[in-house]
Amino acid sequence: MKPPPLDILTPTTIAEALALLSAHGEAARPLAGGQSLVPLLNFRLSRPEVLIDLNRIAKLSFIEERPDHIAIGVMTRERAIEESELIASQAPLLQEATTQIAHLPIRSRGTIGGSLSNADPAAEYPAVALALEFELIAQSERGERRIKAADFFEDVLTTALKPDELLTKIIVPKSPGQSSSAFVEIARRHGDFALAGVAAQITFSAGKPTDVRLAVCGAGSTASRLSAAEEIVLRDGAGVEAIKGASAAAAAAVDPMADLHASADYRRRLVGVMTKRALQKVVQRAGVSA
Amino acid sequence: MADTMPSYIGRSVVRREDNRLVRGAGTFVGDMKLDGMVHVAIVRSQLPHAIINGVNLNAARAVDGVELALNGDDLKDVLPPISGMQVTAPKTWRDGMDPRIEIPDQTLVPYDKVRYVGEPYALVVARDRYIAEDAAELIDGDFETLPPIANAEAALDAESLVHDHLPGNIAATLHARKGDGEAALEAAPRRLKRRYFHHRYAAMPMECRGVVAEYDSRTDSITVWSSTQVVHWVRREVANALDMAEERVRVVAPDVGGGFGGKGHVYPEDILVAYLAKRLDRPVKWLEDRHEHLLNAAHSRDNLFDIEVGFDDDGKISVVKNYFLVDSGAYSPVGAAIAGNSIAHFMGPYDIPHYEADCKVMMTNRTPNAPYRGAGRPEVALAMERSIDLIANELGLDPAEVRFRNMIQPEQMPYAVGLPYRDGVMIEYDSGDYPEALRKALDGIGGLEAFRERQKAALAEGRYLGLGLGCYVEGTGIGPFEGATVKIDSSGKVMVATGACPQGQGHETAFAQVAADIWGVDIDDVVVTVADTSHVTMGYGTIASRSAVTGSGAIQESSDKVKEKVFAIAANVLETSEADLELRDGSVGVKGVPDMSMTLKEVARAALPGWIHQRPEGIEAGLEGTAYYEPPTVTWAYAATAAIVEIDAETGAVQIENYVEVHDAGTLINPAIADGQVKGGLVQGIGGGLFEEPSYDEHGQLMTGSFMDYLLPTASDVPPINVIHSETPSPRNAFGFKGLGEGGAIAPPVVIANAVCDALKPFGAELNNTPVRAEDILNILESGAVAAE
Ligand SMILES: Cc1cc2nc3c(=O)[nH]c(=O)nc-3n(C[C@H](O)[C@H](O)[C@H](O)COP(=O)(O)OP(=O)(O)OC[C@H]3O[C@@H](n4cnc5c(N)ncnc54)[C@H](O)[C@@H]3O)c2cc1C
Repeated sequence: MKPPPLDILTPTTIAEALALLSAHGEAARPLAGGQSLVPLLNFRLSRPEVLIDLNRIAKLSFIEERPDHIAIGVMTRERAIEESELIASQAPLLQEATTQIAHLPIRSRGTIGGSLSNADPAAEYPAVALALEFELIAQSERGERRIKAADFFEDVLTTALKPDELLTKIIVPKSPGQSSSAFVEIARRHGDFALAGVAAQITFSAGKPTDVRLAVCGAGSTASRLSAAEEIVLRDGAGVEAIKGASAAAAAAVDPMADLHASADYRRRLVGVMTKRALQKVVQRAGVSA
Repeated sequence: MADTMPSYIGRSVVRREDNRLVRGAGTFVGDMKLDGMVHVAIVRSQLPHAIINGVNLNAARAVDGVELALNGDDLKDVLPPISGMQVTAPKTWRDGMDPRIEIPDQTLVPYDKVRYVGEPYALVVARDRYIAEDAAELIDGDFETLPPIANAEAALDAESLVHDHLPGNIAATLHARKGDGEAALEAAPRRLKRRYFHHRYAAMPMECRGVVAEYDSRTDSITVWSSTQVVHWVRREVANALDMAEERVRVVAPDVGGGFGGKGHVYPEDILVAYLAKRLDRPVKWLEDRHEHLLNAAHSRDNLFDIEVGFDDDGKISVVKNYFLVDSGAYSPVGAAIAGNSIAHFMGPYDIPHYEADCKVMMTNRTPNAPYRGAGRPEVALAMERSIDLIANELGLDPAEVRFRNMIQPEQMPYAVGLPYRDGVMIEYDSGDYPEALRKALDGIGGLEAFRERQKAALAEGRYLGLGLGCYVEGTGIGPFEGATVKIDSSGKVMVATGACPQGQGHETAFAQVAADIWGVDIDDVVVTVADTSHVTMGYGTIASRSAVTGSGAIQESSDKVKEKVFAIAANVLETSEADLELRDGSVGVKGVPDMSMTLKEVARAALPGWIHQRPEGIEAGLEGTAYYEPPTVTWAYAATAAIVEIDAETGAVQIENYVEVHDAGTLINPAIADGQVKGGLVQGIGGGLFEEPSYDEHGQLMTGSFMDYLLPTASDVPPINVIHSETPSPRNAFGFKGLGEGGAIAPPVVIANAVCDALKPFGAELNNTPVRAEDILNILESGAVAAE
């Protein structure tokens, strides 16, 4: 339960970090909050020769309001996001999802950049990123890339980031005023990774959904949008029958993996239930009558 | 006990241990750092069953910082195996059980084959643990896999053998008879036959195991610090393996962060680390990490029952036939003790005239099975208490009613069960009121009828509420003995040392309360030493809910010896007769004469050897006594528990609304400690009922290698718990104590299963296996829903 020998490098600027990353390439891993990486190191499942510790780069930790979005530095702790009033008012889905990540001590270390880069299929943030259509800013010595959330998550623990790229900033579009959201999940114990979780963000106009975003975690190799379910709600509204239809469509759309905690079939059924509960919550929060 | 005193027994005295533990000032094995200490990493089998062709250590030995690397071949002629019989049983028990017991010895580091995932096959000693693990990774084992035996049933007719000398993979068979089971079944108006499975799970203490050893070549002696519940057993096995006098081996358990039975026997590492310290003549440390703990520390439970019950139309049970298999894994460190418990406890608080039990303890390619909080009782509680609910269903009676109809009534006490206990004495429940406990438990959940009303109303809204009941008895305070030494030195303090080995039970406080009452002194004048073989010559340890009863008995008996001297010397000094003396407030005084007394300190000085002593003729110097208390037999604690659950109809998730346990452990020493003990047990029982399970894949690989996968209940998973203590004194000891500690863990798995089945009664579903899984519940709900449409 001890990691193999490795070096820890401690850059204090982004430029320095990028130079180190470019120099060490695949032999290096950035270290953010360490809540996912350190266990992998201790189990010797990840064996980088070099850790590039991002914790001393002050410029990576911020939450800033811009006209149409919020910019979040990758080293912002999950706990800071949970407590941000700006996020609670402008991107409440992100705030609600954060409260469901793990436990307080873990959220106090874990970062948004670490969670997104880690791309755990059961993690909350990737689903939120898809539902809110985050843009992710990656930097390397070669330059800067803006990656749409939809193009970022490629497979289990695999993202579009290149070995020399560092995720530096997250662009979170502000949620429209006429919208409501909900994040619901089920886990075997409070604080565990979700067996199934659903993020819902719906914009209403005169009580009718005009923009529907549904994303799921825990039910496949990556988080994903539930487009068939979205279409049903967009077409039929958010009444009892439509919600039932959307939940069935959600369950039918996913291809979950079985593990110790749930069979694929049980997860699929839970996706349906979580979709239903998320939609019910959104409707209730929006105060629209179905 | 002293004649006049503030009584400490019965008061929730604040635990002495807590000051250091809460401040983080406790010392656990992991905290120990000794000069020149080197560290061990153990290489463990990743295969469940394989022949060892060879284990190449060359690459590991070449790593800078490595002191030593050894495999099974290096050790096979050096260290003997640990005997399969760490625990022995008296002849009278064997006569009653007709057992065939061939528990295999355990080679410390096997050289011929590995038998479970996690079994050591090599080790590395290095400057630090990092280097040791780097080198361990380079050790190359050449194995030839054998078909793994996955469970007890498969073991019965497997071609492959875990131990070549155990045909059929049977390590022990036990039998017990009361009355005539066959005839009673024939005669029974109704019969119920079921298969129940209590799954495997494990003690999982917060602190994993760990051992530090230091050899002193000057005196050829060794000190071993082990996170263990049984220092005297470790001393015995280390002395035996290293061929040393026990006197030259000192074993200490420093602060221990939980044991629950999982640290209740000697493990190979206890001996290996001692051996390495002596061989290298340097302090050696091995600290088990959580992954190793999950693989290698004993698992428990894992019993398969085939039960047949005979009963009449009123639900009165006349007979139980209990055939069961224990999956003991690759070894069975405490022999057939758990199975013996299971046989003895099956009938619980019920008056059943006929009983037959047959048990086979099976060897499989799983982690060894050893007692864990409850030790054979949760398993049989599952079988018995599920059976009662099923009888109730069949007869359309409330499960509570069927329990009342079968319970032993208070006027039947003491009640002869008709089976021998593990200590060889025929079981006789000593005291208690079982129906009253159940009544109180039902009151505790708000009353049976009120609940049935609520349940009906909820069902009408499509909500599923259920009530689960579980009752049990628990033989506690088992022998064979416990040792204690009591001294009063010239400081006048009462020094108490016992063989008890606490792991969080608060013995330093509880024994101080007992000794303060025995001596009539202020509790601050009692010094308690535990878990150190150098303070008491022979001891047994803290397992099996035994220490309050046996430790207190030993303190009482050794105090009696010392008191004789105290009175003789005081009588001599005060020029009075012993009969006129009493103990009061730390002094010995003449009854009725307040100012004629001498303090214990003065007595201790008068007792000193030398020219100025004041001992009467024939009284030896010093105030010191040692006694080994051998209890007549066990005391019988018991409990009735009730829980209400609600099922989430869409996900199958179980929410425990409320959990009540009415628990009777006789006179309580410290009610706050007792409360904590019962609650802690309940939480572990709930963990077993809902979450905890080591899982293996089809190749025999353990899938639960960390706490991400082996799920323990956390604070947010624990429901409101209400523990109600009854205190019916045991007539078997001067204090009225019964043992405590394991009880809470016995009932929850079956209580949860019963509650869920009660909630799902409209679907006629049965859950007869643990743990209770949301997915299974949802399947029941959905199959029922489909049928209804
Ligand atoms: C007990 C426990 C329970 C948990 N439960 C949950 C849960 O319910 N839901 C959930 O979402 N998470 C959960 N987590 C994970 C937690 O949220 C992690 O903090 C998070 O997944 C990773 O964030 P981190 O900052 O700790 O990243 P690290 O562990 O430091 O890094 C994770 C990975 O991302 C890479 N990385 C980090 N930053 C960057 C960057 N800027 N650019 C490129 N690559 C980078 C690292 O190299 C590493 O590969 C749990 C963790 C624990 C220990």
